[in-house]
Amino acid sequence: MAQVVVVTSGKGGVGKTTSTAALGAALAREGERVVVIDFDVGLRNLDLVMGAERRVVFDLIHVVQGTARLSQALIRDKRIDTLFLLAASQTRDKDALTDDGVERVIRELRPSYDWIICDSPAGIERGALLAMRYADIAVVVTNPEVSSVRDSDRIIGLLDSTTQKAKTGELMEKHLLLTRYDPVRAGRGEMLSIDDVLDILCIPLLGIIPESKEILHASNVGAPVTLNNPTSAPARAYNDAARRLQGEVVPLVVPSDKNTLFNKLLGRRAA
Amino acid sequence: MRFLNLFGHHQSARTAQHRLQVLLMHERSAGGKADLIPMLREDILAAIGKHVIVDLDKVRVRVERGDAVSLLEIDIEIPTNVKPMHTAPVQQAELLS
Repeated sequence: MAQVVVVTSGKGGVGKTTSTAALGAALAREGERVVVIDFDVGLRNLDLVMGAERRVVFDLIHVVQGTARLSQALIRDKRIDTLFLLAASQTRDKDALTDDGVERVIRELRPSYDWIICDSPAGIERGALLAMRYADIAVVVTNPEVSSVRDSDRIIGLLDSTTQKAKTGELMEKHLLLTRYDPVRAGRGEMLSIDDVLDILCIPLLGIIPESKEILHASNVGAPVTLNNPTSAPARAYNDAARRLQGEVVPLVVPSDKNTLFNKLLGRRAA
Repeated sequence: MRFLNLFGHHQSARTAQHRLQVLLMHERSAGGKADLIPMLREDILAAIGKHVIVDLDKVRVRVERGDAVSLLEIDIEIPTNVKPMHTAPVQQAELLS
């Protein structure tokens, strides 16, 4: 029976889609059966980040409206056979997404998968609310930056009020995923520190993903960073976060700005 | 892709540019007929459905969009012990309407 995870943030551009792809691939690499769903109707991008943009025939809206079967809309990843993508529609209006339809899709997927990861659109409108509605666990993606933290705080409020869990009086499990963390700038005091963000948002930390060129390279070639370069700093951070989602206790590695010998030899900055 | 990776990451922007070109070309040209693939599928299934009963769960549609051409693959499982339906021409006309 799948755990339903929503990857959400409120603010756009903080790394929801990157994180959905990276976490989904990291879990699938461990042999878990994973489906990642793009809820950003009209502005889909998860297909592009996963490298499946040429293979989308049917999407979430087709399934919701009954024009295609779920089995026909699921795209199996070419690299990991336990990883599936359900794309968003690029042409439909976001109102085509209905509460009943989403509920049915999640209900149908639950028995056959270990993880259903819902990539939320930015904002707090219909798509974002439906992405979180049937979730068991929320991953709140936040940048160490004031507007992102403020929006995350707003999203945490919505997770505790508008979701199915909230309505049945259960508590939504919430985790903070701090992304685009730049240890050099944090060290100089130019960026909110990890403690600052945790103090304000008061939810447990799932992981710290360092700002890295590897993220851009991975999306350029259409591969989750955890597959494209599994030993890179962001990939290792995502792998650890995925293991924490699975309930493992993994020591937290705070990205540091001190140059390791290896990095010095290569003449590059850490992370 | 692997070939490019051998040369490090400098080439990844070029890969990105190429992927976007192919994708956007399709999306822009799709315009009003974005549902071309689903429409083709319906028509093909209707044509086959005139002769044999098709279980929609046994239909797999795949597409691979290329630079110059796209490949549409439709796998339809037809049970081997099923007798073809003998439909009179008149009835076929009704099916289509």
